[in-house]
This record gives sequence, C-alpha cells and structure tokens, in this order.
Amino acid sequence: MKVITTDVLVIGAGLAGERAAIAGAQTGLDVTMLSLVPPRRSHSAAAQGGMQASLGNSVKGKGDNPTIHWLDTVKGSDWGADQEVARIFADNAPIAMREMAHFGVPWNRVEGGPRDVYIKGKKTTIVEDFDKEGLITARSFGGTAKWRTCYTADGTGHTVLYAMDNLAVQLDITIHDRMEALSLIHEDGVCLGAIVRCLRTGDIIAYMSKSTAIATGGYGRLYGESTNAIINEGTGSWIALQTGLVPLGNMEAVQFHPTGIVPTDILVTEGCRGDGGLLLDVDEYRFMPDYEPEAQELASRDVVSRRMKEHMLKGKGVQSSYGEHLWLDLRHLGAEHLHTKLREVYDICMYFIGVDPIKELIPVRPTQHYSMGGIRVNKDGHAYGLKGLFALGEVSNWDMHGFNRLGGNSLAETVVAGMVVGEKIASYAKTAELNANISLAEKFGKEQTDKIAHLMNNSGSENVYKIRDEIAHFLREDVHIFRTGEKLQNAVDGLKEILERIDQVKVQTTAPGMNPELSQALRIEGMAKQAYIIAKGALLRTESRGAHTREDYPARDDKNWLNRTLATWAVGADEPEFNYEPVGQLDLPPGDRGYGGGQMIDMDLTLEQYNAKVDAEQTAFGKHPTLEPMGTRIPKEAWREESPYKDAK
Amino acid sequence: MARTLTFKIFRYNPTKENDEPHIDTFELEETPRLNLFTALHRIREKQAPDLMYDFVCRAGICGSCAMMINGRPTLACRTLTSDLSETIELYPLPFFKLLGDLSVDTGVWFHDMAKRLESWIHTQKEFDPAALEERMDNKTAIKIYDSERCIECGCCIAACATAQVNPDFLGAAGLNRIGRFLFDPRDKRGDQEWFELVSTEIGVFGCIGMMACDDVCPKDLPLLEVFSYIRRKMNSGVKVAVNEMDLT
Repeated sequence: MKVITTDVLVIGAGLAGERAAIAGAQTGLDVTMLSLVPPRRSHSAAAQGGMQASLGNSVKGKGDNPTIHWLDTVKGSDWGADQEVARIFADNAPIAMREMAHFGVPWNRVEGGPRDVYIKGKKTTIVEDFDKEGLITARSFGGTAKWRTCYTADGTGHTVLYAMDNLAVQLDITIHDRMEALSLIHEDGVCLGAIVRCLRTGDIIAYMSKSTAIATGGYGRLYGESTNAIINEGTGSWIALQTGLVPLGNMEAVQFHPTGIVPTDILVTEGCRGDGGLLLDVDEYRFMPDYEPEAQELASRDVVSRRMKEHMLKGKGVQSSYGEHLWLDLRHLGAEHLHTKLREVYDICMYFIGVDPIKELIPVRPTQHYSMGGIRVNKDGHAYGLKGLFALGEVSNWDMHGFNRLGGNSLAETVVAGMVVGEKIASYAKTAELNANISLAEKFGKEQTDKIAHLMNNSGSENVYKIRDEIAHFLREDVHIFRTGEKLQNAVDGLKEILERIDQVKVQTTAPGMNPELSQALRIEGMAKQAYIIAKGALLRTESRGAHTREDYPARDDKNWLNRTLATWAVGADEPEFNYEPVGQLDLPPGDRGYGGGQMIDMDLTLEQYNAKVDAEQTAFGKHPTLEPMGTRIPKEAWREESPYKDAK
Repeated sequence: MARTLTFKIFRYNPTKENDEPHIDTFELEETPRLNLFTALHRIREKQAPDLMYDFVCRAGICGSCAMMINGRPTLACRTLTSDLSETIELYPLPFFKLLGDLSVDTGVWFHDMAKRLESWIHTQKEFDPAALEERMDNKTAIKIYDSERCIECGCCIAACATAQVNPDFLGAAGLNRIGRFLFDPRDKRGDQEWFELVSTEIGVFGCIGMMACDDVCPKDLPLLEVFSYIRRKMNSGVKVAVNEMDLT
C-alpha cells in the first residue's frame, strides 16, 4: 500500500476545506487536500444567493453590526446554537468578506442614488448613500433584521470558490482530486490520517498526517430528493462515526428549503424572495402574509417551509404529475433583474423545467437542502473524542446554526470557519509529531481491502441502488417537515431492517478503476447508519425546535430539550448510543423568535445555573479543552443595546 | 406515444487489461422531461453498473458533465432527450485525458491552465483586516463576473480546431480567464507582462477565429467581446514596447 505523509491533511476541497488548507500553507506547513471531485466542482460552487456579513453598506443595512447578526442567528437557530460560536462567526464574517474581496471576488457594489426595489410585495424607492459608493452591497434574506447578504449576482458560491481555488493554486497547495477517504487511521484516541481510495485507479492509499480536517459537506443526498449535489452522501461524517469515538451532533436537524423547483429539486435561491419574489397558491393568491404578517415570505426557512406545507395540506397546492407544489412569482421583478442579479435562476428555470420566469410562475416546494447536524466539534473545530481530528463547514456541528440555519449563513460559515478553525488546525500540526506508523496504516488499509473483497465476493444479492432508494424513501416519507412519533417509529423500524441487510450488498461488476457501483457500495453502510441516527434522534426528541417539527409535541421545550443530541456508534454495536449535552453558554435567554408562532415551555434553570454545567457535561462526552476558556468570545449582554431589547429598557 | 431511445455509448476502461475502445448500445424508455443525467443513471443502475461518467451538481453549475452529445460538446445534465433524435450517441470530450467511458480529466487540465496563467490577483498589497474593502465601481464588478461565470466544463476546448492541433493552446477558457484579470483593477500586472503571456501562438494569436467556442459555450460567455478586447489591448501593448525600444 502506498503511504503519503503530510503535515496537514484536508479531506474535502470546497470552500471550508480550501480556506483551512490556505491557513495551513500560509504558516509554512505542508498541506495536502483530497477531494471527490476537482475542487471547483465542489458543491460550494452551487451556492447562489450570498453570504451574510454585517458590513452595513447598503442603506437597508444601515446600523448593522455583529451583535445584530448574532441575534438573528441565535433566534434563527431557535436557541439551539452554541451562542459563543455564533458570536465568533458574526464577528469574523465582515473580515472574511473583505478578505475574499482582496483575493478577487467581484462582489456587487453599492451604487449611490435612488433605485426601485420590492419590499413586502410593494414597489419602493430606496436611496443608497453616495459616500458608500463602491463598497460591498447586500440583499435581503430571510430571518434578518437588516439587508446583510453580500453577493455576486446569484453565483456567489462560484465566484468565492474560484477566488479561493486561485489562491490555493498560487500557494501551490497539493490537491489530489478524485480521491475518497474510506476511514480514519487512529490509535489511543489520536487521529493519524486516513485510508483513501483513488477514484481513477481504485488503489488504496494511506495518508498520514499531524492533523486531519474533514470538510466534505452535508448528508442531504440521504433524502434522495434534495437540492444537494449528488456527492453529498455523508461520506465525511461517516468516517468520523465509524471510529466509534466521535459523536455526530443534532443529526435530526435537517433543513428544508422553501424553493426547490419541481421536478428536478434544483434550488432557486432565497435571494428570489429577498429581491421581492412572492409565494402564490393554486388560486395565485399570496398566502404568506396571512400566516406571517410581519416577516411574510422572509421568515426563516423552517417557518416558510412549514407554512407552505400547512397551506398545501389545506388543499391550496397545485396538483401536477410531479406531485403537489406552490408557485414562486418573480414576474414583477422584470427582465433586467432576471438577466443580471438572478441570471443563474433564469437559466435553471429555462433549461431544466422550460419555464420563463420573466413571464411564468415557477413551480416550487420545500426540499431537503442543508444538514445542520454533523461531526461534533468544540469552538476550535476540534472533534470530540479524537485528538488531531478537526471538522468544518457543513459536515461539522460547530454549531452556529442549532436547529435552523439562516440563508446566507452557511456559505459565510465556510470561509469564516476556514479562517478560524484553519488556524487551530495549523497550530495543532505545529506541535504534533508525525506518527507514520506504517503497520497501523496497513491494518486500517486491510480493513478496507477486506471490505471491498466482501462486497465483490459475498453470496448475498442485495442491490446497492435499491437499498439507497429504500433509505431515501423512509427519510422522505417519515422524517420530513412534519414528524410524528408513529411515523418516526416506522422509519426507525424500516431502517433497522435495512441495516440488517447491508452486509448482503453485492456489487455486480468487478471492473477495475473507478467502478462507480463499488464506490456507492462502500458508502452505503454509512448512509444507512446516519439515516438511522437521523430518524432515531428525531423520535427521541419529544419537542419542536427549528426545523425539527413534532406534530405530537408542538412546543419548544426549553425545560427538557435545550440541549444537543450526540450520537456515537461503537464498533460492532447494533445500535447507536444517544447522549445529550447543553447547547453551550447562554447569553441571550431563550425567548420568542418574532416569527413562526408556536408554544414554549420555559427552562427551569437560571442562565447562571445552566452555564455552570456546560463545560463539565460537554467534556464528559469528549470535548477537548479549547485554546481559550469557554465563553471568552461572548461580550456579555451586548444585545441589550440593540432593538427590540433597547426599546424595552 | 413514448419513444424507446437507443443510446450508443463510447466505452473504454484504460485500467482494464485488454480492453479496447468500443460502442455499447442500450435501450431506454423515454419519460416526460427526461434529461441525460437521469437517463445515464437509469442505464448504469439497471444495465451497465460499470458505466463511467461524471455528474456533481446536476444543475448546470459545476461543469462536470460535458460530453459529446450527437457530435456536439455540451452539458449532459441540462440536455433533454426530447430535444434529441431517437438514437443518441455519446462520446467523451476530445482533447482531455480519458479516465474511462464518458469521464475525462478536465480538472487537472484546468488546474494546470490556472497555474500557467497565474490565475490570481497580482498585487503588492497585503490584506488589512482592520481596513474597509477597496472600492470598486459596480459596473466593473459586473464586467468581471461576466467572464468569471466560466464553469470550466471544457466544451470550448473540445470544439476548438486550434486546440486539437496545438495541445498547449489556452483555448477560449484560458483567454476568457485572461480577460477576467485584465478587466480587474485589483490585478496590477502591466501590459508588458500580459503581452509576454498572451501574445503567442498558445495565446490570443493562436486563435484562428472560427469561434466554435462561442457556439457551444453553455454559459453564453461574451467570448467575442473578450477576445477582441484582449487583441486590442495587446496591440497597444506592442506600441508601448516599441516606443520604449525607440527611446534606448
């Protein structure tokens, strides 16, 4: 087996992975990036609408600051976020946007003077400040008090990824693309690298490193119908889970985006509604103001998706041969807007569903979009349970999103976490010794070659694609927007039965090289186990919080459930183990989000009592000590100076 | 009435001993709004589990799935079978290294192109995290984005006559990238530096102007406009260089 050594191994070369790799390379470390696909084809490229950062340059963002951004984020999370991590994010987001401008992102800029915009369905004229001319501008997104989402038309992910990859090329960072990490090499609770399959040749290779970072994106494709790229099958979270040591956090927290197009499930950005797009029903009636008089189409995604589903359940959906949907209306925005600021949306509609959004309504429905859950890490991005392993971006549960992330916050998270966690990964590598334990690598390598031999030679007859579809079916039918104990139990039972059949999967082709069926078969156990954790975690969580909506437990229960789910799966065990830890130190006490309605059960501890137990309880589940003590990044009660709290004083 | 489609697909696995390039034929029932992403997956999952091709975003954004579809390079994900004849011929893109069947190594070629062109902002300025961003006219930002929208799918290179005879040619994607940085005031490369990079037979003067790239670009990049801008810029670059020589 070939063995490659490096200081820092980054698995996944989307925005988060590349930014972290850059942080390592800038300190002189030898960095190697692995990626399933060429970096510029990563799913980061598909992000359209933008990145939230409180630059406050647009007149509609005037007075914005990191505290207001942080408030929106914590409320958006339905108080499930780690408030300190959300603060680290909000404080660094403006720096990250400016840094990306320095690296070459052609952000859209403020043009001074009047312009017509649509706000809450009405055409309005706003006047941009001339003294802000040429600074990075912003558009409106859901769940935000200010216009804060920086953008390049609706190709933001593309331009930021290209600028980032240009820098990676400039720094000559090693990239091995078409590589899939199959497992982590570890010993005595320390991660020493990864076992990797080359998707060109089929060769198994060991990469041994001082520090290892996983940045492989989410697990949306488990749902089958998802806006995600087809590579987002939870491969990175699976290699962490596989160790039996690293917990996955809040896997049941799954985001459904209001506007996946029908059919094909391709996303059209929240920027459509941010720029004034409206949701209409079968009668072409605008229904959102009836449910959310204040936020309307721009409540948080969990709320808008729920309201859409609710409205369809009232018989107001449009029936089509591709199932029920609603309409997104962009017609009033006009041809120029659709050919400039929403040009990728225009292309998608024209090419994929033959709809001209300048003249016609776009068929949309809530579609799986984002994985809030993932590899549980501390505020430094260091994975629980395994030293020297880090995770960042969507694959991680760093946890600034809690149970619902705001639009524009995840793309921004990738570069902010890349900056912040990238530094921690580098500093860990600076102090760690390279332990190129070849016999250990051989042992982990052999596990994978044995597994491949089993997949090719066993006497079973299960088809991997059929199993994949069955997993997706249970998640779609029973673990979707509205959840009940009965449905979730059905999914848990069904997925359990699938798990029992997993080792009967047999690949039909022994072709050498890429062998796409073998690639899928090597992922399927991880997909089934993660689906099981999603369903079981959702069954156990008897409350409604953010995107996790239990019809049989409609209240957000801060007395019993102001916590984070942690799931580990011991090697050889039949069942995962579920534990619960405090969400982190609280600064903003749990309260009303200002949209979405719903009931609340109040916590019975004071903030001091709650905060006193956080460190010890998280440490008990594998949290490593952080470089700075917990809570140091929270400016205590800074929120009291902001609306609506300031006005209430 | 639903058609039965016949797919004639180029097959070759270079990692397989004694494999020879050949064509395999598959039949598939056409369903409403069927695109080649779904069609190829159906063929792989039911008929040919070893069939190799590349898709990632399946939304026309990532550039992975370009292939020769009835002789024309384009993105498979957004090609509807209803726009094609009953018999559909699929070949990998020419020019790029073949990885297997319909899969080619565009990633490595484009990475190398970025290196050759030094596809990054050349500036002496250090990033100052405490400072406001440098101002930029919004029209300039939009102009840069017009060229930045290239998704590196490789269709323009596959369609390019020059590239087929000169493997070092930068192609439309490369020239467009040069335009992108020429438009960008943050990039401080001078005319002379650009001239040396571009005014060669692998650069803008290698183009013989057939503009097949412009016909096939799935993102409708303004290639004509970009090329003529570069040519004019390079001509003025020559004048500058000549003037300097005259002075010495």
